[in-house]
Amino acid sequence: MRNIFPVLTVTAALIAFWYAAVIPMNAQWAQDQARRAGTELGFAALVTDTMTQARPRLPAPHQVAHELWNSTVVEEMTGRRGFMNTGSLSNRSLIYHGWVTLSATLLGFAIGSALGIALAVGIVHNRAMDASVMPWAIASQTIPILAIAPMIIVVLNAVGITGLVPKAIISTYLSFFPVVVGMVKGLRAPDQMQLDLMKTYSASGPQIFAKLRWPSAMPYLFASLKVAIAAALVGAIVAELPTGASAGLGARLLSGSYFGQTLQIWAALFAAAILAAGMVALIGLIQRITLKRMGMAV
Amino acid sequence: MRLQNQTGAFQALGVALALMAVFITGGWGAAPSNAIAALTGAVFLLVIHHLLGWTRHNAPWVMALFLLVMASNLSIAGARLTMRAAPEAWFGAAVVAVWLLAWWLVAQLSEAPRVRGILGKLQALLAPILFGATLLWLWEVIVRALDVPRVILPAPSAIWARILRSTDILWVDFVQTFVKGALSGYAIGVAAALVFALAVDRSDFLRRGLLPVGNFLAALPIIGTAPIMVMWFGFDWPSKAAVVVAMVFFPVLVNTVQGLAATEAMQRDLMRTYSATWAQGLLKLRLPAAMPFIFNGLKIASTLALIGAIVAEFFGSPTRGMGFRISTEVGRLQLDMVWAEIAVAALAGSLFYGMIALVERWVTFWHPSQRGR
Repeated sequence: MRNIFPVLTVTAALIAFWYAAVIPMNAQWAQDQARRAGTELGFAALVTDTMTQARPRLPAPHQVAHELWNSTVVEEMTGRRGFMNTGSLSNRSLIYHGWVTLSATLLGFAIGSALGIALAVGIVHNRAMDASVMPWAIASQTIPILAIAPMIIVVLNAVGITGLVPKAIISTYLSFFPVVVGMVKGLRAPDQMQLDLMKTYSASGPQIFAKLRWPSAMPYLFASLKVAIAAALVGAIVAELPTGASAGLGARLLSGSYFGQTLQIWAALFAAAILAAGMVALIGLIQRITLKRMGMAV
Repeated sequence: MRLQNQTGAFQALGVALALMAVFITGGWGAAPSNAIAALTGAVFLLVIHHLLGWTRHNAPWVMALFLLVMASNLSIAGARLTMRAAPEAWFGAAVVAVWLLAWWLVAQLSEAPRVRGILGKLQALLAPILFGATLLWLWEVIVRALDVPRVILPAPSAIWARILRSTDILWVDFVQTFVKGALSGYAIGVAAALVFALAVDRSDFLRRGLLPVGNFLAALPIIGTAPIMVMWFGFDWPSKAAVVVAMVFFPVLVNTVQGLAATEAMQRDLMRTYSATWAQGLLKLRLPAAMPFIFNGLKIASTLALIGAIVAEFFGSPTRGMGFRISTEVGRLQLDMVWAEIAVAALAGSLFYGMIALVERWVTFWHPSQRGR
């Protein structure tokens, strides 16, 4: 808790910097409008104008917050297609788009972390896998998967797989790697002394795994799960970019950039940030509870 | 029991069974005879190997010769099988046999005692190379045998032909995206993060405030700022470099700040007893101690840089660049060109990463993780 004051200060400084940057970024447009109208802008008028433009180059923080509020709560409560009026989520609300992205993220994350754990168990227990798979797991990450996301989506669409699964595959690919690396490290964390102790108990392979290796890998697992879920979210968002997907935060980013709707872009960006932060925090919470019950809490 | 304890015993058993399956399903007449001969010879050698219990007790050159014979048998059988476009039952069994044989070889190679010196380094590369070659071969064989349409998955040979045919386009795209976009953005982002980290480091208050915020920002989908950057800096490479700067900045910053704090109080006190200035303490103690952390950040950032530059091109670019090429060629269903770009990107990314790792070895030679295993 002793960090809370510095963190708040830094955050406040960032927001202040943002506000300060809004004025020069949007001044050009405001001056042009004023010249066209034949008026001269004073400094105070210039500042208020830069903070309230409809399509600013850089929206002010309160504008983004307002847009976020409008496109979530207000849209669902009062919008024509909102939840209150139709009983289903509005396709103009960020709740709907966020859910589309979140579901792909979670599916990809679940598959990716299961795959990662399985690979790590194989690598730790089989020398041939250790020698041959690990270099390729590393090499696989040098392929910029995000860059080939469009191709994967198009190809999968051509074979008849559409909707959630292609996006989840991209998320899987991005999230398995941190889990493999973390789990290999974690499963190898028990030192020789502990392994020898298990041997003196004449523990079998599965017993050593269940009672020693698996528990001691837990801190590593949670650390890499946090990285993996953030990566999975990025994967799902980028997977929505190229194919003209009509739903999801990535699609909101793309349509916002087509039509110059900067507020929409920033709102989608912040919705993604909130999602990422929320999921990482959730894993952190599970980590704390689990480690506490295992008596490993620090 | 003895058989079970030998490496690759199960794979060897599998190869034998698969070969039997080839014979039973009528592969004897249908298959290219030298493929079957090579496989049969390999199985014969395998049986001898496991019955005699040839292991690491044998002279190394016997083992090497044996493995060489197996590898040549494997490549003959594999090469003959790629000529076929006939997904019959015996064909599947033969493919499985070759695959298991390759697996057996990988297992043997990774178990074999390491030779010293430069040969040993090459030896360590053999198993992953063989594994990768097997994957490529499986890809080629499956695409040919099942006659997969070119618009879904081109064969590796087709991709290679495409690379050779369009080196000029690939080079132009490479310069636009990697050299102009990714490298310049990487340099600016890393330099900015290092300077900022040094500034932050002078105040404990700033450090405690900035580390959590920076960690939080590093986990965010920063790639989403790409449309904003394109709006601000235009279609050409400056906007790509800007995205790369934003993506690279936080991982490097967080790692550097952490690294600069990695020295112990005892060591800093020693510098003080030498009456070292801040700059001396930084140069002689804290910066060297921070290097492992900084290089960790640099490595993470190196993969992010290429991704950022390519994805930013999806939001608008001049008519060249890897991201532009990928998105347009996907639209024209020229998938071999897309795969060619991917191969270039993967190669460039690996080389970039490898170079940073080399510099790391040279700079942080003292660190435990760099000592020979």
